[in-house]
Amino acid sequence: MIKIENLVKSFGPKRAVDAISFTVERGEVLGFLGPNGAGKSTTMRMITGFMPPTSGRISVGGYDVAESPIETKRLIGYLPENAASYPDMTVAGFLKFAAELRGLGGKARKKAVQHVIELCFLDSVLHQSIDTLSKGYKHRTCLAQALLHDPQVLIMDEPTDGLDPNQKHEVRNLIRELGANKAIVFSTHILEEVDAACTRAIIIDRGKIVANGTPEELRSMSERAGAVTLQARGATAERLETLGRVEKLDGAFRIYPRDKSQAAQLAQEVVELVNVHGWKVEGMYSERGELDEVFRRITLPDTVKK
Amino acid sequence: MKIIWTIVKRELVAYFTSPVAYVFLVIFLLLTGFFTFTAGSFFERGEASLASFFGWHPWLYLVLVPAVGMRVWAEERRSGTMELLLTMPVATWQAIVAKFLASWIFLGVALALTFPAVITVNLLGEPDNGVILAGYLGSFFLAGAYLAITCMTSAMTRNQVIAFILSVVICLFFILAGFNPVTDLLTRWASPAVVDTVAAFSVVTHFDGFQRGVIDTRDLVFFLSVIGYALFATGVIIRGHRAG
Repeated sequence: MIKIENLVKSFGPKRAVDAISFTVERGEVLGFLGPNGAGKSTTMRMITGFMPPTSGRISVGGYDVAESPIETKRLIGYLPENAASYPDMTVAGFLKFAAELRGLGGKARKKAVQHVIELCFLDSVLHQSIDTLSKGYKHRTCLAQALLHDPQVLIMDEPTDGLDPNQKHEVRNLIRELGANKAIVFSTHILEEVDAACTRAIIIDRGKIVANGTPEELRSMSERAGAVTLQARGATAERLETLGRVEKLDGAFRIYPRDKSQAAQLAQEVVELVNVHGWKVEGMYSERGELDEVFRRITLPDTVKK
Repeated sequence: MKIIWTIVKRELVAYFTSPVAYVFLVIFLLLTGFFTFTAGSFFERGEASLASFFGWHPWLYLVLVPAVGMRVWAEERRSGTMELLLTMPVATWQAIVAKFLASWIFLGVALALTFPAVITVNLLGEPDNGVILAGYLGSFFLAGAYLAITCMTSAMTRNQVIAFILSVVICLFFILAGFNPVTDLLTRWASPAVVDTVAAFSVVTHFDGFQRGVIDTRDLVFFLSVIGYALFATGVIIRGHRAG
């Protein structure tokens, strides 16, 4: 649905987006990760046709964004950063306005508006003006606007920013449900969201893609992935070191596999060692790897990296 | 067309739901009343015309039209709704024209509410209502020209105050180019051709005809081309700052 080739955006001498290429198919939910100023919002603004790229091509649903902007905009639902909407309008008035701009009229419009009101739980604030709403409601109003025309492509810039944990949970669930038959791209700082909603994630840093894969694949890039943490009475680091590098934790040991191919049997080997020495196991688990560790390792400048 | 109308409707509703619109209307009507009857010595003139009414419009609009138009794009940029609007299936020119039209209609409403002046002059004497109608038409186009310039300056910045000041300065230039004291000054050292060229750029020169009841195509073309040019420049500015 979305195909991006060699996308570049320069602001003066600064390259905000530097030769990015990726595709998103229908049924995919792509998480867009990266530190502040990495180029996430700029990329999304180019996909939605708000900013023209300096060079490169974007096609959405087979249309070229630069050549047929109106056709591509029809396919896209967009939740901009900070969920901007007209503060002087009521929620109902705003949704009606957005639906009319989308070319919906009469019964179709009423139905579409009613549908997104239910989807985003806006019933109780319909006739309130937007500037009197709490941040969560403002956000959902803007999200509702993006869903009005049941778009095939959904672009969301930090859809859970400023929401409380319950609302975050709802929005993530909504994204996952919608993702079944749409192509969705959303940006976030929150790594747990990648697990909660994404089928694939891209990490972007200083305008370049530095990682692209399923959450599972990204996690396995963590140096902790495959390590086994053991908490057992009687266990000693010297004994465990026969299996791999050992890190002492608070009352436990973390054993790292010598290489990733050995990771699969490591747990088994630890169990055997425990049995041989008759240690009393209080807890043992194998680590899947931590996304935030991967994120930090890839996106921190070399000077800060330890 | 339908999209333009949708945006016009929204903008108009936005005007009339905010108290600022009513404050503006009241100030506009008070000032036109003051300038016509007191400063313009309407009664002392002893003629059945609205010359003292229309004569002040270029100056009155100089402050009031930028006040109406300054928010048009600056506010959209500041609040980020511009991103929302321009990622809808709406062409940039449609949004520009629609927002201009809505504000122009608002100014038209303000102008129409000065109808008591027409009634007064008709009660007191027998004016040529054709001349008055031409004056209203000219005044409306004058407001449109100022408004288009304000739309342009409004697109340049997210700060409404800057947009206001810039448009006042530009509109002032358009007045002064044909303002008698200035043209008199120019004639001292410039050839008549230069003076005429400069004066031809003035809104005052082109508004004069309407005030006398003459609807000249050249004057209409002047106002329409100022509007067209300023709106085109608005488009270039909006595209430019998105291109980064």
